[in-house]
Amino acid sequence: MKTKERIIEAGLKFSSLITVLTTLGILWVLLSQSLVFFGEVSIIEFLTSREWTPLFENKHYGILPLLAGTALTTFVAIAVALPLGITIAIYLSEYASAPIRNTFKPLLEILAAVPTVVYGFFALTVVTPFLKGILPELATFNALSAGLVMGVMIIPMVSSLSEDALRAVPNSLREAAYGMGSTRLQTAFRVLVPAASSGIVVSVLLAISRAIGETMIVTIAAGQQPNLTFNPMETVETITAYIVQVSLGDVPHGSIEYRTIFAAGLMLFVLTFILNNISYFVKKRYQQQYE
Amino acid sequence: MEEIIEIEKTVTSEKHRAEQPADAKHTENPVRPKLETRGVNVFYGDNQVITDVSITMKEKSVTALIGPSGCGKSTFLRLFNRMNDYIKVFRKEGDICIDGKDIYSPSVHVEDLRKMVGMVFQKPNPFPKTIYENVAYGLRIQGVNDKNILDEAVEQSLKSAALWNEVRSNLKKSALALSGGQQQRLCIARALAVNPSILLMDEPASALDPIATAKIEELIHRLKEDYTIVIVTHNMQQAGRVSDMTAFFYLGKLIEYTETKKLFTSPENEMTENYITGRFG
Ligand SMILES: Nc1ncnc2c1ncn2[C@@H]1O[C@H](COP(=O)(O)OP(=O)(O)O)[C@@H](O)[C@H]1O
Ligand SMILES: [Mg+2]
Repeated sequence: MKTKERIIEAGLKFSSLITVLTTLGILWVLLSQSLVFFGEVSIIEFLTSREWTPLFENKHYGILPLLAGTALTTFVAIAVALPLGITIAIYLSEYASAPIRNTFKPLLEILAAVPTVVYGFFALTVVTPFLKGILPELATFNALSAGLVMGVMIIPMVSSLSEDALRAVPNSLREAAYGMGSTRLQTAFRVLVPAASSGIVVSVLLAISRAIGETMIVTIAAGQQPNLTFNPMETVETITAYIVQVSLGDVPHGSIEYRTIFAAGLMLFVLTFILNNISYFVKKRYQQQYE
Repeated sequence: MEEIIEIEKTVTSEKHRAEQPADAKHTENPVRPKLETRGVNVFYGDNQVITDVSITMKEKSVTALIGPSGCGKSTFLRLFNRMNDYIKVFRKEGDICIDGKDIYSPSVHVEDLRKMVGMVFQKPNPFPKTIYENVAYGLRIQGVNDKNILDEAVEQSLKSAALWNEVRSNLKKSALALSGGQQQRLCIARALAVNPSILLMDEPASALDPIATAKIEELIHRLKEDYTIVIVTHNMQQAGRVSDMTAFFYLGKLIEYTETKKLFTSPENEMTENYITGRFG
């Protein structure tokens, strides 16, 4: 019995160790390769140059165009997911009856379960042609379609975490609001949403983090053209799409061109790391609030 | 017994009118009771929790509802602002009237009703907003955004709730930073800000320490000048201190309803006597 428990305990320790080691390994590869990269390219150029052309004759290593592409698709995605996600969360937590909620929620989760490659070609072959009918100057590969579709994909993330936050608001506040003569809508928007704001903020931060890291949709539908623009109708390239492009291309391993993806990857890692940490702290604060 | 109360009430109301001929704030017919129920039954599903309760409460009086836990005091209190409506299995029979008007009639908007009937809950439940915004809430949801009007209402309500002096210099502070007793007075101020004529209080001091409780009781005394108050309490001393009339409920039935002094000194019903002498409950 004792030995059995010890074996189980060792197994558990080993599994968690593997997870930690993998993370450390990834971080190590990113950092060491980036270090070599930044030995050849100044970090100032990397952060401030307005051109990203490592694969061309005239090489520039400014991450800004890739960051702009990521920011643009992410912005469009959040512009879709935030209002819809919160509306759905309010509907599910304050209006829907239990049977409706129990059917609607799994259906909603399907959105997050669709393979991203499907979203990607949906954006390219359905959404873009449709939008071109309305916006003739829309590029074939564009940030708008990719962002819109990505926004739909992350709706369940925003809605389910926001719904949890809304449901965690104590009933005494609902009673207070209704007791003052609030309508349901007033109760939801003036009392419950503010009271659940930290949870809602967390849901949005995590959704942003997810959108920044999303790869397949933007690679397929947003294009592969580094472009320092804030016009969502144009072709762009996100950090993730660039990494895909180089990984799949015929750039020789060990070259400076090849190392750009580690620097880009480090950038991505830093961004999502910061976002996840902010949401962790917000979450901790909001858990304390009602204890 | 109830007839006697009716007559008594009518007489005092007449007297009341004679003393205060021009009451600008609430000009109700003095003969008519402020609150009235007739043959009220309440069910939660198949479970009957209020049985055939008829009661009248006169304007600007304090009525205490007492009785053992689970006897239906809260349920009965919440009939007057229709807070039970949110419970799916809730069903009621009989009439519940305010100023002679059936508040469950389809023509009554429950939001309007609740602006007239304020409620204070057992556990202080301020919104996680500033002190100012808590008190301004009721006016804001009515579309009032004029700063002068709001400032004035916030100050007046906080004064009426005997909280002004304690919070006047930090109205922008979070309401959650206040002590429990202050939070409860803030909730009273919040209710007063929309100028209701009735205040329902469900064990408003049960979560507070004795000093905070004394402040609330003192406040109830003063609020009685302007408001009709119905208060649920499990504390019989409290009922004795704050109320004019006391209603004793047992198992959903109104056992005895009379002047507080009389109920506590010479109750007519044996069950009432047993309860107030602490033999059960
Ligand atoms: N939401 C509800 N659903 C079903 N039964 C309820 C509900 N609220 C209260 N009851 C029942 O109604 C009875 C009266 O409750 P309540 O009015 O809260 O009594 P009191 O305030 O006197 O303690 C109790 O038996 C209680 O279990
Ligand atoms: Mg109760």
